[in-house]
Amino acid sequence: MPTAVNLWPLIGVAVIIVGFILRFNPMLVVVVTAIVTAFAAHFPVDKILAAIGSGFIKTRNLPLIILLPLTVIGLLERHGLRQHAQNWISTIKSATVGRLLIVYLAARQLTASIGLTSLGGHPQMVRPLLAPMTEGAAEARYGKLTDKVRFKLRAFAAATDNVGLFFGEDIFVAFGAIVLMTTFLREAGVEVEPIHVALWGIPTAICAFVIHAWRLRRLDKTLDRELRGAEAPADAVAAPKGA
Amino acid sequence: MTITITDLYYLMGAILAITAMMTLMDRQHSKRYSSAFFWGLYSLVFLFGDMLPPVWVGVGVVVMALIAATGGVGIGHHMPRTAAQYADSARRLGNKLFVPALTIPLVTMIGTLTAGYLVFGGTPLIDPKNATLVSLGIGCLVALALACKLTRETPVQGIRESRRLTDALGWALVLPQMLGMLGLVFSDAGVGKAVAHVTTTYINMDVRFFAVVVYVVGMALFTVIMGNGFAAFPVMTGGVGIPILMGVYHANPAVMASIGMLSGYCGTLLTPMAANFNIVPAALLELPDKNAVIRVQIPTALTLLTCNVFLLYFLMGH
Repeated sequence: MPTAVNLWPLIGVAVIIVGFILRFNPMLVVVVTAIVTAFAAHFPVDKILAAIGSGFIKTRNLPLIILLPLTVIGLLERHGLRQHAQNWISTIKSATVGRLLIVYLAARQLTASIGLTSLGGHPQMVRPLLAPMTEGAAEARYGKLTDKVRFKLRAFAAATDNVGLFFGEDIFVAFGAIVLMTTFLREAGVEVEPIHVALWGIPTAICAFVIHAWRLRRLDKTLDRELRGAEAPADAVAAPKGA
Repeated sequence: MTITITDLYYLMGAILAITAMMTLMDRQHSKRYSSAFFWGLYSLVFLFGDMLPPVWVGVGVVVMALIAATGGVGIGHHMPRTAAQYADSARRLGNKLFVPALTIPLVTMIGTLTAGYLVFGGTPLIDPKNATLVSLGIGCLVALALACKLTRETPVQGIRESRRLTDALGWALVLPQMLGMLGLVFSDAGVGKAVAHVTTTYINMDVRFFAVVVYVVGMALFTVIMGNGFAAFPVMTGGVGIPILMGVYHANPAVMASIGMLSGYCGTLLTPMAANFNIVPAALLELPDKNAVIRVQIPTALTLLTCNVFLLYFLMGH
């Protein structure tokens, strides 16, 4: 090879893409990719295992945020938290799926942008509260939901939490990504003020809100068309109280 | 005494060890031994991770992956309550149910904001390096106490419920850490350097607009592969951003860095590699399609990525 850069580790990228496309078990795909990549970089076997082991130890902080809230969430679910979240939202007559999620999106973006990223999250907010409320808001309007609709609403709830977090946190000056960017640029000989990096994130953050909120409004219209349209004859007789 | 992240590792290890033991004692569990072995191995990483030689941990990780791949991690026997019981206790406890749930984020927030002031006799109460995670751990314990008081249950029942949810997640609980490990192996092996080399050698960037597209889309694509915008940023900014966008087209570095990173985040919305955000919620919400969250995010991510191309193109002259 004419270059000094070893291109063989790129084979790891190919392995992971093929592994995910062929839907092998992701745990297996990741381990095989790690072994193949390290092997392509001429690591001996014990060093490959050591790299996997020490990498796994260094990233132990990642699952904490998922596992630790589960005892509380589980106990509350056992005592009807999800049912109550559904009931509670159905008492708010103007709540639709789209409006609820747009309000959540705005709140998530704004709080993340002042550094309060832990106010949301999938284990502690989406599963016990946001997803059941989304389903409750839909049920209050359209009656019993099919599993297909239910799953779609849950996916939208999770997606909204992600979009709100990602395009809010980057505006916060003390956020890790901004530190990372300015540190990297400084090492490359470029001085930038963290506050400028944070402020130039605002145009994208606004676009993210507009795009996702527009999609959530369309979701309301789609639900209206599909669920009202299909069930109108039965509903009109059976449940006039819903109006 | 300072509460550090290591204390949380012990807490997590203890929960996982109890989960493994409950699994082992669950006679109606169809995969009781392999599942218990999987969670038991995982608990060791948290209880003794710092003491074990990395090679041993590496072997353990490979064994865990093999157990997961052969379908060895199963769901145990849990006794759900009846719909009437749920409805009844929802009515009885009402809005009080929200209190422990909201305690977790609230305590996390307060702890994060006040960590710097909670210093007693020169020793900080909360490890300032990991203030958010440590506060989250404290928040969970406070919330557990409140939840036990409210529902008149014991913490043991809490761990039983935790096991129910852990079973529902299965190996997806371990996946984010596996991918984090892979990112480190990638960078050890020089994958980033190889990608930067290929991008800058084989792609022609003589047109300003085209160079912007390469940077923005490259950030997203590289994030899709690595699962993390943080890994993509040094590669794309070192390879394309600084030499081409700044060097040739005089881009404002703050605009470039900011929009570049947010383009990486568009990639995060698209990839199963960002398991914490995309795969874990699908498992937590019991969606049959593990990619359901990604599917919903695709239109938002691609539209926003297009916006970013134009934003960077028009704003980088500032």
